[in-house]
Amino acid sequence: MMRHLISAADLTRDDAVLILDTAEEMARVADRPIKKLPTLRGRTICNLFFEDSTRTRISFEAAEKRLSADVINFAAKGSSVSKGESLKDTAQTLEAMGVDAVVIRHGASGAPFRLATSGWIDAPVINAGDGTHQHPTQALLDAFTMRRRLVGRDAGLGKDLEGRRVTLVGDVLHSRVARSNVDLLHTLGAQVTLVAPPTLVPVGVETWPCEVSYDLDSVLPKSDAVMMLRVQRERMNAAFFPTEREYSRRYGLDGERMAKMPEHAIVMHPGPMVRGMEITAEVADSDRCTVVEQVTNGVSVRMAVLYLLLGGSEPATAPTRVEEK
Amino acid sequence: MSKILIRGAKVLGGEAQDVLVDGETIAEVGTGLSAEGATVIEAAGQILLPGLVDLHTHLREPGREDSETVLTGTRAAASGGYTAVFAMANTHPVADTAGVVEQVYRLGKEAGYCDVQPIGAVTVGLEGRKLAELGAMHDSAAGVTVFSDDGKCVDDAVIMRRALEYVKAFGGVVAQHAQEPRLTEGAQMNEGIVSAELGLGGWPAVAEESIIARDVLLAEHVGSRVHICHLSTAGSVEIVRWAKSRGIDVTAEVTPHHLLLTDELVRTYNPVYKVNPPLRTEKDVLALREALADGTIDIVATDHAPHPHEDKDCEWAAAAMGMVGLETALSVVQQTMVETGHLDWAGVADRMSFAPARIGRATGHGRPVSAGEPANLVLVDPAYRGTVDPADFASRSRNTPYEGRELPGRVTHTFLRGRATVMDGKLA
Repeated sequence: MMRHLISAADLTRDDAVLILDTAEEMARVADRPIKKLPTLRGRTICNLFFEDSTRTRISFEAAEKRLSADVINFAAKGSSVSKGESLKDTAQTLEAMGVDAVVIRHGASGAPFRLATSGWIDAPVINAGDGTHQHPTQALLDAFTMRRRLVGRDAGLGKDLEGRRVTLVGDVLHSRVARSNVDLLHTLGAQVTLVAPPTLVPVGVETWPCEVSYDLDSVLPKSDAVMMLRVQRERMNAAFFPTEREYSRRYGLDGERMAKMPEHAIVMHPGPMVRGMEITAEVADSDRCTVVEQVTNGVSVRMAVLYLLLGGSEPATAPTRVEEK
Repeated sequence: MSKILIRGAKVLGGEAQDVLVDGETIAEVGTGLSAEGATVIEAAGQILLPGLVDLHTHLREPGREDSETVLTGTRAAASGGYTAVFAMANTHPVADTAGVVEQVYRLGKEAGYCDVQPIGAVTVGLEGRKLAELGAMHDSAAGVTVFSDDGKCVDDAVIMRRALEYVKAFGGVVAQHAQEPRLTEGAQMNEGIVSAELGLGGWPAVAEESIIARDVLLAEHVGSRVHICHLSTAGSVEIVRWAKSRGIDVTAEVTPHHLLLTDELVRTYNPVYKVNPPLRTEKDVLALREALADGTIDIVATDHAPHPHEDKDCEWAAAAMGMVGLETALSVVQQTMVETGHLDWAGVADRMSFAPARIGRATGHGRPVSAGEPANLVLVDPAYRGTVDPADFASRSRNTPYEGRELPGRVTHTFLRGRATVMDGKLA
């Protein structure tokens, strides 16, 4: 395994499958009455959040606590950061207090990469979302969810997503979730199609390992999973699309559209959903929608990442056996 | 003042000759000149060029003396072989009045390392709304002839038209920072394959090209000359080439970094590569070299932009735009233009001295190396190979994109009106 987790593009197929398999082991822990492993006892992890994101922060915190790590939460708002302290000084201060790993969420693309590579600190860095760049643990939990639903919980062990057809719909331009998913799904052998109005597809997309379509209806029947991306209403003020209603009509997923998907196909969303915008309540609340499972799986996947990155020099053995030691 | 005999240097890269400097002027150029009464500089194998002229330097004083002052900036200029620099107007306060340009001019005189010719702002406060007192700045002791809102584009077409027209009265020129502001809101790097991957806001080529296209047409319409700052794209080259073929009085500059570096470097997220206009693609770099070689682009200008360490030692989005360049410009030009066969040394003399002096009306600079001319000269050792170490810079700032990179050539001597500002590679 690598030392940091910055981008989904840095993961090999075997790295990714190992994380997903380890996450299945972690998921079993969650089914027990005592949901805790001693793996990271005595290690301190700092969740360094420069952007508000309660759900991602809580998911990491739950994962860290289930691995018995000591957790420090640092939110930039109201801290010295809002008084002009630099990322470098903040990180060095935390490391000086004995932090063993940093989970960082930052509004600036590349901030986790800078933190990991500039010699500011020695601790491993895990990217919890940076600007419009990457959100690798989100892509991993999405892949985990797809493998469980489309391949099977046990049948999926050791397997990738070869041949599965995944469609991502929405604001690709501003989405770190889309970038991470395209990278990871490609590595895992899936065929990815992006669907968005042309204004919300980045210039330069032509080198990405995926297809691009502007027509949702033609892509839905050929999809095993459809992932709806959040679209901020404010985008229409910058002329990315004319109105909320027009966006919904052309790119939103409602019950009628969902019926065009193959029967086994699932609907995904990284949350938070904008009901009535990219997804209707009917779809969001249907059995085919995995949004709640994704949240649950997020904890297992983040446990797996922390375990594999911080588990020390020992080989990545199954956590159940670690517990038995 | 004493005599100096520069012996055996290749003048503009041609035959080896001796050059005798007497006082402030070149007394004689020939072979076998007498060394009697003169300090002799053995210059066999070295290239003698007219002192370089930079039409685009940020000296930061007044206002940001933590990053550069007129003194440190002109020491950096002398180290890089320059005898004249044009100081951009985006200081604090902005150089938009006779008072500020005279202050910068006077600081240059006091420093004495290099002539400092202030550039005046086109509009009050660089805000693009109201013309600054261009005539007053021209009539001041600083004698401003170049006007620019550099750092910001004069994006209002009417203001640009009026400025182009107005400065004709005293032979001035407007130097445009071509950047359509709406197309570059939130821009962080060149828009293309790399920006799509990195998730950084794109600065599209069209934002530069559309302004250049508009401005050459405006210049044609009102019969003015216009200068384009730091041209950075292949498309801009085509527009300028077309304008020149129509007889439009346009000149253009390219920076050393746009001749060498590409946006692939941004993958490091190291803000030392963050600059405005941004680093472009390999295709653009090659087009810029061709254009500088064939004269479509007239000059090399550094856009020397010092920033304090903390403004670069941070995440990309928070970092300042700009790179220092005075002390590496000639080496980068040697590598990208001379060693690739695009230009000979006479061509370098034209693009880095004759032409910029002509565009900026810098009297006494960009003159031939011949008897009777002011002794503004630079000696270059083209065989030198060295690694760039920012700790060696005379500039107060260290934000170079070339740290650790091997570059060819080295300035061994710079003479400002017969006085050595650099001697044996060291500031005098």
